[in-house]
Amino acid sequence: MVVDTYRDETVDHLFHALADSTRRDILRRSMSGELSVSRLAHAYPMSFAAVQKHVAVLERAGLVVKERRGREQIVRADLEAVRRARRALDELELRWRDRVNRMSGLLTSGGDPTDGPGS
Amino acid sequence: MSVTDVEKDLENLTLTVVAHFDAPVEKVWQLWSDPRKLERWWGPPNYPATVLAHDMTAGGMVRYFMTGPDGEVSRGWWRIHSVDPHKYLEFVDGFAQADGTPVAGDPTTRVQVRFSERHGGTRMEVRSIYSSREHMEQIVRLGAVEIFVQSIDQMDALLAH
Repeated sequence: MVVDTYRDETVDHLFHALADSTRRDILRRSMSGELSVSRLAHAYPMSFAAVQKHVAVLERAGLVVKERRGREQIVRADLEAVRRARRALDELELRWRDRVNRMSGLLTSGGDPTDGPGS
Repeated sequence: MSVTDVEKDLENLTLTVVAHFDAPVEKVWQLWSDPRKLERWWGPPNYPATVLAHDMTAGGMVRYFMTGPDGEVSRGWWRIHSVDPHKYLEFVDGFAQADGTPVAGDPTTRVQVRFSERHGGTRMEVRSIYSSREHMEQIVRLGAVEIFVQSIDQMDALLAH
């Protein structure tokens, strides 16, 4: 799941999501905190359904997360961002752990020839 | 386990890995300063690194490429900022184009490595400082297409014309 998140399709969704000024505005607002879709609908000269559609496009692109809270639909971007940062750092930690293990192996083998192909 | 401590700072996008080796500092330093040794640990076994150039002096460049399981090649470089043999190494790591020159606008990582003697062995601390969350993810995916909202305001300005 993690590996497949960044395929071309995702990039298309991303471009599509960002190609509209209302969606960019919604994204900008949601980055500074939680928003309800109904409150958003008041901010734009368009119907609730139209705003909902915009939010759905942003959601599909992975830019915002939507959550139902009672009668309200809450939109936010921050939490997911933090989660992704954590995941990226976790993967980088693994990468360095692997490197350190290989270094350890090299130090204990004392420079003996490896089983690798050489050149 | 050689890794003794890991510290992740989400706010400052910094990863610090501390390791202990039962080997003298000189030997651990050689893993970085000897290109033939460096290429045996920098890349994973299915993505081995080949070091093309290795000038480990302040302002010098290290150039390398990594070969994936399907033969795909990703190129990288280090620009050395500071070298104090057996003690400290600081460089910036980034992606390179086919001719080895840095890819403009691509993510870079500042890496600070500290070496010290500890209990007859060596303590090595590697601190990686990523420029942004997007950059971090891009590095994780090593060359995968990852385009993100760097600056929405900037896009607005571009699209407004």
